[in-house]
Amino acid sequence: MTRRSLTAACTVSAVLWASAASAEIAPADVVWEDEIAIPASLSGAPGDPDAGRIALSSRSVGNCLSCHVNSDMPEHDFHGDVAPPLDGTGARWSEAELRGIVANAKRAFPGSMMPVFYNDNPADYIRPGNAYTGRAYDPETFSTLLSAQEIEDIVAYLVTLTEW
Amino acid sequence: MKTITKLWASAAICGAMLTGMAQADPHPTAELIIEGELHLATRAEPPEHLGGALPEIYSGWLFRTDETRELQMDDFDNPGILFTERGLDRWEMADGATEQSCADCHGDVESMAGVRAVMPKVNEDGELWALQNYINNCRTERMEADAWGWRSEPMKDMTSLISLQSRGMPVAVHMDGDHAPFWEQGREMYYTRFGQLELSCANCHEDNWGRMIRADHLSQGMSNGFPTYRLKNASIVPLHQRFLGCIRDTRGETFAEGSPEFIALELYVASRGLGLPIEGVSVRQ
Ligand code: HEC
Ligand code: HEC
Ligand code: HEC
Repeated sequence: MTRRSLTAACTVSAVLWASAASAEIAPADVVWEDEIAIPASLSGAPGDPDAGRIALSSRSVGNCLSCHVNSDMPEHDFHGDVAPPLDGTGARWSEAELRGIVANAKRAFPGSMMPVFYNDNPADYIRPGNAYTGRAYDPETFSTLLSAQEIEDIVAYLVTLTEW
Repeated sequence: MKTITKLWASAAICGAMLTGMAQADPHPTAELIIEGELHLATRAEPPEHLGGALPEIYSGWLFRTDETRELQMDDFDNPGILFTERGLDRWEMADGATEQSCADCHGDVESMAGVRAVMPKVNEDGELWALQNYINNCRTERMEADAWGWRSEPMKDMTSLISLQSRGMPVAVHMDGDHAPFWEQGREMYYTRFGQLELSCANCHEDNWGRMIRADHLSQGMSNGFPTYRLKNASIVPLHQRFLGCIRDTRGETFAEGSPEFIALELYVASRGLGLPIEGVSVRQ
């Protein structure tokens, strides 16, 4: 992370702190551009690529490696191959497009196997469960698969993947 | 337009990766021969109703490691056989208020040959029943004994024993007549994208068999090997327990083991394997 983005992150989180996180955009309020892209930060703050790297590979957070190979992460065993490699994705897509893909890939790729990571409306799903318990969802706790900030962090990491 | 071009770009690397990477499964040449004698086909022509969705159908055995495959080739090494041996003791054991055993009415267990191959099957009342339902019906109605739970040890023992009597016989479930509405219900479920991850059985087992989902090699999700001895569980895993796990992994609300929904799904999944033989008790990791 550069000093510039660090400073920006600190400034923004300070502002966020002051305004009690009101800058976060709820899933239903996301503004889309060209159907597939989201220009504005979902959390209102910039993403942290180092945190994004961890969130992407962590099984309990993004678990993106269950479907994607990512050559930038040889330290992780068992990358899945049901999806295209993430190598070079930062060169193929703009930041706004990557945010759109991570939030709801079914807009860019209709019918995609890739889950929608930013939707907290249980009515959009068939038999949504309570995480991985196999039981019915709990309306009190049902939430997006990734938080707004986790998506920002992952997007900040994805834009660095320009080699392929 | 832009999206399309970029998709082509990723499709191109995807293709390069797939051809470049060793596609270890399904094993191209392995043959399943039990005890050096009984040859079980693990590849077959797909049934017509699949309409070309699968080029060939494969037993899940072909997708497993060398070590796991070998365990199934020798009844001494196959831990599932122990369950069938306990099942044989139960077959001959009197139980319930009538103090009868299965053998008292059915005779030798070999009389059960072919029964597993047609399950699940519509009963006299027009309901679709799995093997477990038929067993429990004899226990409660004919023996006046308690029903066995789907995951109970005696049920695992007995279904393993009865399945073994059909080992090598082709899957022979019915899809038409009385069975048609159940088959349709199961088919519908197979293509439904359940849970918060919105994944259908077909997403994994029809569109992506042969690929890896993290550390798992995806098979075609065939049921001819069930009940299966799973090394991971160190026990027999009934088919509905497998279904339950597969739906739970979609962050979905599952159906109950033994539910009408799962029995309908069982019929449809079995029909995708028409052409493969019953493996009796298979071994999977
Ligand atoms: C269940 C499988 C699955 C999971 C999990 C998954 N993806 Fe995907 N993803 C896909 C598929 C399949 C595609 C290809 C688009 C298509 O045809 O559907 C894709 C495409 C993409 C693309 C566009 C690739 C390119 O450069 O063209 C990006 C970026 C991406 N995914 C990021 C992620 C991230 C980040 C995560 C984790 C938060 C993730 N994916 C999790 C299946 C998955
Ligand atoms: C009192 C006699 C009796 C006893 C005891 C009995 N059964 Fe049955 N069973 C029957 C009859 C009668 C049928 C229905 C006719 C047929 O299919 O043989 C039947 C049907 C079945 C079927 C379905 C067969 C098919 O092809 O549809 C199975 C499986 C079965 N029994 C298993 C068992 C098991 C296991 C036990 C012991 C736990 C048992 N039965 C005990 C009489 C008995
Ligand atoms: C996210 C991917 C995924 C989905 C969705 C999924 N499964 Fe599976 N399934 C697996 C994995 C992984 C295994 C273990 C490896 C293998 O045999 O494919 C498995 C195994 C199986 C097996 C055992 C195969 C054998 O030979 O031992 C059956 C049967 C099965 N699945 C049926 C289903 C059905 C029916 C559905 C839909 C309700 C379903 N699966 C949905 C991933 C999935």
